[in-house]
Amino acid sequence: MLLQTLLPLAEALPAPQSMAEETHGLEVGQHFYWHLGPLNLHGQIFLSSWILIGALLVMVIAGTRQMKRKPLGLQNLLEFLWDYIRNLSREQIGEAAYRDWMPFIGTLFLFIFFCNWGGALVPWRLVRLPSGELGAPTADINTTVAMALLVSLAYFYAGLSRKGLRYFEYYVEPTPIMLPFKIVEDFTKPLSLSFRLFGNILADELTVSVLVLLVPLFVPLPMMLLGLFTSAIQALIFATLAAYYIGEAVHEEHA
Amino acid sequence: MISWFLLAEAPVSEGGLFDLDATLPLMAVQVVILTFILNKLFFQPVGRVVEEREGFVAISHKDAKEKLAQVQGLEQDLKLQLQQARQEAQAVIAEAEAEVDTLHKAALGEAKASAAKLREKDRAEIDGQRAEAREVLAVEARQLADLIVQRLATV
Repeated sequence: MLLQTLLPLAEALPAPQSMAEETHGLEVGQHFYWHLGPLNLHGQIFLSSWILIGALLVMVIAGTRQMKRKPLGLQNLLEFLWDYIRNLSREQIGEAAYRDWMPFIGTLFLFIFFCNWGGALVPWRLVRLPSGELGAPTADINTTVAMALLVSLAYFYAGLSRKGLRYFEYYVEPTPIMLPFKIVEDFTKPLSLSFRLFGNILADELTVSVLVLLVPLFVPLPMMLLGLFTSAIQALIFATLAAYYIGEAVHEEHA
Repeated sequence: MISWFLLAEAPVSEGGLFDLDATLPLMAVQVVILTFILNKLFFQPVGRVVEEREGFVAISHKDAKEKLAQVQGLEQDLKLQLQQARQEAQAVIAEAEAEVDTLHKAALGEAKASAAKLREKDRAEIDGQRAEAREVLAVEARQLADLIVQRLATV
């Protein structure tokens, strides 16, 4: 239903310029461009992410509407997720600071998880875009780089706000020899975070679509299941690493 | 890396896998907004409920522990009382037994005494009768002796 209501909206937006030819259903690197003044946007990413965020919000709102001390139905699931995220952030960030960062870590986890699974489970192909196709928003490099840069900002902010300029002691601990490596780390962290997620999800989508092209029935199923597994793992890895980086930044050496 | 930058700087219509553009900052803004929304709609309310329940469980646990301690105290008390009662009962039983014993002994002594008295009386009676019988025998023997003497004299 939601798809059908959103589609006219997508078509009403400025028409895409890129009209690369379709290669028998397998499209790589084609986007459904929106133009906002001088800006170019990947419309398919926003459309699918809005749908998935909508689903996430619907679940959250439905589950938190009537919360009881004895949890029922959806509240159980939400509390399980909450507890899971709390344990994850408490383990990585530590007792002192995890409360501030738990919503961020949890949002990353839930958003990536919904994007990954949504990309695999929702039959996006039913919707035809003039160019490109709907899919997991995390299979687009913009989304993963955006989140990886947010993580970088988050751990810098966490370190600076908690320790002030003493945060930079971290770069010369335990010895000043570490300085170049730690500086390089600040660049490799977002790079590895974004490319790991992007590569895994894109590779999964490509493998499945190639298999579907070759043998449309049953054969892609094991690969799809594996894809679901890796998707969940990737969400967990991203959230855990984000929490770990923040924990590293707020960690007190001489506590 | 080089091809990535080339792709990123390529004309818009080209597209490509590594096509970085304004999607990136907008997606970042979207994720930040989502963080605030989820914080309000999910993390805060669920956290409140879970922590309230954890508090409730902790308090209930403490209560239960206190009550258990109370019950154990009461049980100890009752055990003590029971022991006391048992001791008292034993004392009463011992007393009763002792009383019975003394009564038994007294009765036995009395019975023995009366039996001895009876025997004494009977013996005295027997002795009396024996003496009497002897006297009678002696008288009769004398008479017989007299008779014999007379007969002999007459002959």
